[in-house]
Amino acid sequence: MSKRIRHYTPINYTKNNTLKIITFIFLVILYLPIINLIMFSFNDSKRNIVWRGFTSKYYEKLFENEMLFLAFSNSITIAITSTIISTFLGLTTAIALWKFNFYLKKYYDVALLFPIIIPEICMGISMLVFFSYINWPNFQLWPFTLSSIIIAHVSFIFPFVAIIIRARLSMLNNEILEAGLDLGANKYQVIRKIIIPFMSPALVASALLAFTLSLDDFVVTFFTSGPNSVTLPVKIYSMVRFGISPEINAISTLLILIIIICTYFAIRFLSKSNREIIK
Amino acid sequence: MSYGQKVNIIDIDYNWTLINYARATDGVYFFTLFKSVIISFITTFLCLLIATPVAFYISFSSVRIKSILLVSILLPLWTNLLIRTYSLIALLRTKGHVNNALENLWESANYFLNLFRLANHNLIGESFTPLSLMHNNFSVILGLVYIYVPFMIIPIYLVLEKIDRNILEASYDLGANHKVTFFKIIMPNISVGIISGIILVFIPCLGSFIIPELLGGADSQMIGNIIERQFKSANDWPFGSALSFILIYITIIILGVRYVYSKLYSRLNQKGVS
Repeated sequence: MSKRIRHYTPINYTKNNTLKIITFIFLVILYLPIINLIMFSFNDSKRNIVWRGFTSKYYEKLFENEMLFLAFSNSITIAITSTIISTFLGLTTAIALWKFNFYLKKYYDVALLFPIIIPEICMGISMLVFFSYINWPNFQLWPFTLSSIIIAHVSFIFPFVAIIIRARLSMLNNEILEAGLDLGANKYQVIRKIIIPFMSPALVASALLAFTLSLDDFVVTFFTSGPNSVTLPVKIYSMVRFGISPEINAISTLLILIIIICTYFAIRFLSKSNREIIK
Repeated sequence: MSYGQKVNIIDIDYNWTLINYARATDGVYFFTLFKSVIISFITTFLCLLIATPVAFYISFSSVRIKSILLVSILLPLWTNLLIRTYSLIALLRTKGHVNNALENLWESANYFLNLFRLANHNLIGESFTPLSLMHNNFSVILGLVYIYVPFMIIPIYLVLEKIDRNILEASYDLGANHKVTFFKIIMPNISVGIISGIILVFIPCLGSFIIPELLGGADSQMIGNIIERQFKSANDWPFGSALSFILIYITIIILGVRYVYSKLYSRLNQKGVS
């Protein structure tokens, strides 16, 4: 009996059938609930158990529902405002951390990461406690009722923005700045004419990311929102607690759609900026 | 706040008491804390089991397929946590789709048994009883795994990408088989990724409260639910803050362990041991 010599084809895990099957099943399970959710938002049945034919009446119902519309407009207002503020804050933080060395900088770095890493519920609670401790006024006028949520959102979103922009900034060649200064530009001209154009793709991407994060956030909003400031996820949560209905499916589908569009553009801008650097 | 004491409904006395922390260690609360840690451990382990093969597959596939797979794993990450949990409810509830599918399966099996005149023997039970997939510990763990698996895949994928493919080929060249290569070369290299994956899954799991709230029942409360209740209904803020501070301490301890590990790891690498 001759001994068989086994040849190991170098590293081809893709040819491994077990891996292939596991990945396939994983993706199916990952998407099954979401696709099911989207599909059943068009289902013509109140209890939503079996398929009863196509309808879009739940979407029409959504647009007639005033409470939902209010929640939606609240969410969008919060998202836009906190995107603007946190992009600005993130940008300045990133520039400060990149350009300057200061006392306790290392610890500042860690502190920046802290809101990202601690459990979200702790973040929400600390915001709630903070607002009650400083006696944050309870506004009645519309845009101001959202102020506490906006502050809470900014405080956990701007670290994400700062990290993305910093990654981009670290690719910037310092000599270009020096050349700019050499040729007679002042500090602000350097920022406006060199730094901002260089990182505009990262800026746009991180703004879109901030927008989705703010629109998506439930936990922090849940703890900081009052009766006058219901956002879309909080509204969905209170609906879910009453049980399943096709309306929730419809509103969730819309939210997923908005977020997919934003993420798509964010990824495109980021990959574009990376490609430029490789060139 | 966590060192204060509740005086009446709205006033809190800040007097540096430790009574809230003491309360957190007794009876029900300690049990819940312990249980949350156990549930998070199980979830993390299951995530690791699922994520490793998927990360391997993604990392070794061709560029085009790789980008498609990566985006398809990242997309659910961006959809709302609440919506994804809700979409699981539709599948898992007593009259949900999983039970419907199982019922259909049972009926067709029964039909076949009838063909062979075996139905009277009750081989597969007298009638179909729907599995209770909701409101228990199983559903909470399933929900947590479903939500947090992508957090495990991405770090493992990132470190797998960094491994030089030539090293693997050299290993095969020098006569090692798949198993030896896996344990001697791939494992030490991806351990950093696995550890950051474990941290990324474990910490949010420990603090999660939506998933046990919506998918779990009375006996599957986690520490997040208790914290939420202290603030939203029981109105005992100092105790709630004490509990959430315990969570933060656990987080810091885990991060500290990771820091020490990475220090040790780089020292070992410098000596050329691993």
